[in-house]
Amino acid sequence: MAGRGRNIRVSETSRPVLPRHARLKFDETRQVWVILAPERVLAPDDIAVEVLQLCDGVRSVADMVDGLAAKYAAERQAIATDVIAMLQDLADKGFLTEAREKTS
Amino acid sequence: MSPTLSDAGIAASDPHDGLAVLEARGSTAETFGIPLAVLAELTHRCPLQCPYCSNPVELDRGGSELTTEEWKKVLTELAQIGVLQIHFSGGEPTARKDLVELVRHASDVGLYSNLITSAVLLTREKLVALADAGLCHVQISFQGNEPMVADRVAGLKNAHEKKIQVARWTRELDLPLTVNAVMHRQNLHQLSDVIEMAVDLDADRLEVANVQYYGWALKNRAALMPTLEQIEEASRIVEEAAARLKGILAIDYVVPDYYSLRPKKCMGGWGRQFFNISPAGKILPCHAAESVTGLEFESVRSNHSIAWIWQNSEAFNRYRGTGWMKEPCKSCEFREIDFGGCRCQAFALTGDAGNTDPACTLSPMHETIFKQAELEAASDNNRFIYRNFAGGTPESGGDHGA
Repeated sequence: MAGRGRNIRVSETSRPVLPRHARLKFDETRQVWVILAPERVLAPDDIAVEVLQLCDGVRSVADMVDGLAAKYAAERQAIATDVIAMLQDLADKGFLTEAREKTS
Repeated sequence: MSPTLSDAGIAASDPHDGLAVLEARGSTAETFGIPLAVLAELTHRCPLQCPYCSNPVELDRGGSELTTEEWKKVLTELAQIGVLQIHFSGGEPTARKDLVELVRHASDVGLYSNLITSAVLLTREKLVALADAGLCHVQISFQGNEPMVADRVAGLKNAHEKKIQVARWTRELDLPLTVNAVMHRQNLHQLSDVIEMAVDLDADRLEVANVQYYGWALKNRAALMPTLEQIEEASRIVEEAAARLKGILAIDYVVPDYYSLRPKKCMGGWGRQFFNISPAGKILPCHAAESVTGLEFESVRSNHSIAWIWQNSEAFNRYRGTGWMKEPCKSCEFREIDFGGCRCQAFALTGDAGNTDPACTLSPMHETIFKQAELEAASDNNRFIYRNFAGGTPESGGDHGA
């Protein structure tokens, strides 16, 4: 089995994306962002939401960090450390996977 | 049927990762408002005859089921009032010819859809259609890790082989898979192999769900009740596997409450964060609630909205909160932790749903029931009463005549 990138190691070259079973959605009723997963509803905080919205399977972590560092005028290395740690944590919990290589 | 619906999220509640569990204690979702997830029991029809089925002993007949249009209206209404997830269950939900249409409608109105299935009626073509309709997750029940035990428990020949096949198709189609393994005295010896089976099937999650003893399972308690030694061994196996398989397979474990000291916070508390809809359209606080006599449950076919029924109906308000409690619950320091356990179990075992669940050591009935369970577990009464519309059929030909 090819697998879906379980146990992924997040690095600057990763192009993470939410797996099919994890859906990021704005809950109009409760006015919060949620991640819908099997038997679970999670409420990511504002920073997590901002990063997760960038996880489209195309953008690399390096690109995300560049964008966030520019937006918040923060030191790039500090942002990179935080973003990678957060994404790794999400990946460990099964809420993040890596885009498959396109073969075409 | 999933017994872990309301207990989700303990592992993900670490505040350092920017993720909070929305149904955590004290959250908006827990204390008021519409449930995040709803269980839709589309039908009570099922090709399997499992002796621990979570459906009521009095099953809804096919003719009383909600129509396609009625279910679609229900799904639309659920999404509008703030429900986020819909679990399509049964009976066997794939026995409904309109399942693909209902899944598509759930997707259209923005609901996250989960299929809880025995899998034996599914074809690859049907699964593809469900995936295309936007199905988010598949949960397949298993009765063991090999056909000899599994087909006998299910009361259906070749069921196990079919389930394995469908589980493989599920993963081939890149649909996330949960393996639900219902465990009891007659299959707990297979637990290690069941875990390996889930890994082999490339499942994302495994629910190791010990039977909960209401309805059909209560009828079959003598044939199903595990021994204390079996439960201790099972807990050890699950703990070891959970550590070894971290990041590969998530394992949720439900202990039988007969052997725990504290009762479970059943459904997260009556009418607090969960409801289900029966095949005939009744809105219920849990799938066993109709076993409690004397309660009138409102239907989606009534003049009331679903939100009104949830908030105002007599049945939901009867055991909400702590005001209904008698002693020992009333003055108990755990009364808002477990809400007195399970109302259906209290009713089934004591005749009064307002009593403390006998699973609690503080219940005056606890000792008697625990002793009885021990005796039943030690007995060699292994014959099942199979679940069906006729009120159950005893297994024929000794222990292995499925």
